[in-house]
Amino acid sequence: MLDATTLNPAQERGATVELSMQAALNLALAETLDEDPKALIFGEDVGRLGGVFRVTDGLQERFGATRVFDTPLAESGILGMSVGLAMAGFHPIPEVQFDGFAYPAVNQIICQIGRMNYRSRGTLPMPITLRVPSFGGIRAPEHHGESLEAMFAHVPGLKVVSPSDPQQAYHLLKYAAQRPDPVIFMEPKSRYWQKAQVNLHDGGTPEGARVARPGRHLTLIAWGAMVSRCLQVAELAEEDGIDVEVLDLRWLKPIDAEGLAASVAKTRRAVVVHEGPRTSGLGAEVAALVTEECFNTLKAPVERVTGFDVPYPSGDLEDEYLPGIDRILFGIQRVLEHRRG
Amino acid sequence: MPLVSTPPEDELKRLYTLLTTVRQLDLAAVRWQRQGVIPGYAPMLGQEAAQVGSGCAVDPSRDFVFPTYREMGVAKALGVDMVEYMSTHKATWHGGLYNPAQTHLAPIQAVVAGSVLHAVGWAQGQVIKHADTNPGPDGFNIALTYFGDGASSQGDVHEAMNFAAIMKSPVIFFVQNNGWAISVPTDRQVAGGSVAARAAGYGMPAEQVDGNDVVAVLEATRRAVAHARAGNGPMLIEAMTYRLGPHSTSDDPGRYRTLAEEQSAQNADPLQRCERVLRERFGVTDHFFQAALADAEAEAEQVRAGVVALGPRPGHEMFEFVFQEMTPALAAQAASWREESEHA
Ligand SMILES: Cc1ncc(C[n+]2csc(CCOP(=O)(O)OP(=O)(O)O)c2C)c(N)n1
Ligand SMILES: [Mg+2]
Repeated sequence: MLDATTLNPAQERGATVELSMQAALNLALAETLDEDPKALIFGEDVGRLGGVFRVTDGLQERFGATRVFDTPLAESGILGMSVGLAMAGFHPIPEVQFDGFAYPAVNQIICQIGRMNYRSRGTLPMPITLRVPSFGGIRAPEHHGESLEAMFAHVPGLKVVSPSDPQQAYHLLKYAAQRPDPVIFMEPKSRYWQKAQVNLHDGGTPEGARVARPGRHLTLIAWGAMVSRCLQVAELAEEDGIDVEVLDLRWLKPIDAEGLAASVAKTRRAVVVHEGPRTSGLGAEVAALVTEECFNTLKAPVERVTGFDVPYPSGDLEDEYLPGIDRILFGIQRVLEHRRG
Repeated sequence: MPLVSTPPEDELKRLYTLLTTVRQLDLAAVRWQRQGVIPGYAPMLGQEAAQVGSGCAVDPSRDFVFPTYREMGVAKALGVDMVEYMSTHKATWHGGLYNPAQTHLAPIQAVVAGSVLHAVGWAQGQVIKHADTNPGPDGFNIALTYFGDGASSQGDVHEAMNFAAIMKSPVIFFVQNNGWAISVPTDRQVAGGSVAARAAGYGMPAEQVDGNDVVAVLEATRRAVAHARAGNGPMLIEAMTYRLGPHSTSDDPGRYRTLAEEQSAQNADPLQRCERVLRERFGVTDHFFQAALADAEAEAEQVRAGVVALGPRPGHEMFEFVFQEMTPALAAQAASWREESEHA
């Protein structure tokens, strides 16, 4: 485990440190527990084991088994208990082990966590940050590669965020854990181990979308693990003289409509990329927002490059399912070649 | 410790042969993962007796079995093709390639406790089909559902037991209490002393058995089968065993349990126990055990070859099996997938 004291003393304001997303999240959690005595971490295997992805590694040792604890194996129990803990004044940061295992808890998440503030006329806030290792790309067994953002974004009373790199992960998790409202925090599990420079002291604004790469000809809109893929695509497109802007949406609820509009007003073309199935996916919401905000400047309909309307497939077919570089390039080609009839 | 009772030599030899077969296959699968032949595997090392003993107690021509992700030994006992079974671990197809409708083994289930209610439904369906609460001389077809000590914490398991007990469904709840749910030991998981103890609350009989004694498991499961067939409703068996290996090939048990603990559990090795009885009671000699091992190794080699030869499923199958009746939107997606993959 990393903590502020083990960091290089040269770590000063403005300096950066190289961290994997797993380490950045771990640090954010440690600091949250340190700074907020009401913060609690619990879930399956998060204590002694430190989580199957080691995101809570060392936290039980450091903060004790009262604040960081293993629960019995029951997701509805974990999220239902979070409601009561929040009512008792705590700030729960539960984990569900994998995206697909949030489903057994959706009753508590949707019917209770998303509504308690409303039901109680604001007297029972739900400052719960639910961490969910999310999305595919790791050849895992069934239910270990789901994209839940559209489902949760559809629920009134829930906020949804997904970091794309260690810098975002560190700052967004710390910010989410301080919110008075429930936040579903979707960690792109295929990115846990990639390292990058993190500026611990300056994360910029934690709200809204972020331009991950500026460009002039079109905007690629993505979140989570698809951001790095879109950055790769942008580099390939550059070789063909296409200047791609990559917008890391970050917050999937609320979506930064202004940030979207600002980018697409400039580029006049948009392609939204996500792993989840196409129908009623978040790309539809993004396309609607872009159309509402930029109808008069758009040069082509917003293109969606997404997963298909099929259950997330087994590892052998994963690359057929996920938006790959080629499919994103085809999407780019379609918006560039579009001619108004 | 001797086995609880001693069946005829031939039956015990048959059980031992099966135990050896699944042991070798299980060890082999871990090696395949290390060799890169399969991306992951959930070993059942130490649980051979619990799986083989219970699997041999049902009749797959009429009963239906609901596994988790760790029941390779059950699948083998039921006669399921092992390449088709292992295909789930090759990441070929999530549920496995075997035909559940034919084999009467439900698709491999990755959701903990996901299948337990299904077993109740299938079992109750047998009663409804029978159109008579009296099972008659052949008895009801029964469902056998597997789950772990960890899974017993899920609300669905409570619902399943209560449903089955209320409706007197012919279902057997078979718990493999292997001491662990990934890193969480049973005493941090199961309140009230045992899963078996809960059965009383549902008015359902339960037996806790030595899960490392293949004969004890077989006999207990046979009693439960007889109970359910005769129309007496559900029964619970809790087989006390030990997960000798890691939770899966990506797990590191060194983070949560000691080597000493693992070694003391090895004393209960179900294969050695069976071997001892065969030697001491029936005078079975080295020759038999060597032959069983050689056959098991040869079979594991064969399965390996089959697994290696398994190619990826064609991508269009992603779209084909979503519905019985394809939708226009999905057909359009399949067409655009095909077109883009041809042009990529
Ligand atoms: C609903 C659900 N939650 C979490 C998981 C992740 N998971 C897989 S196996 C496992 C432990 C299961 O323990 P147990 O039921 O005792 O079975 P065992 O693995 O010991 O065979 C966990 C937490 C899952 N597969 N499904
Ligand atoms: Mg277990």
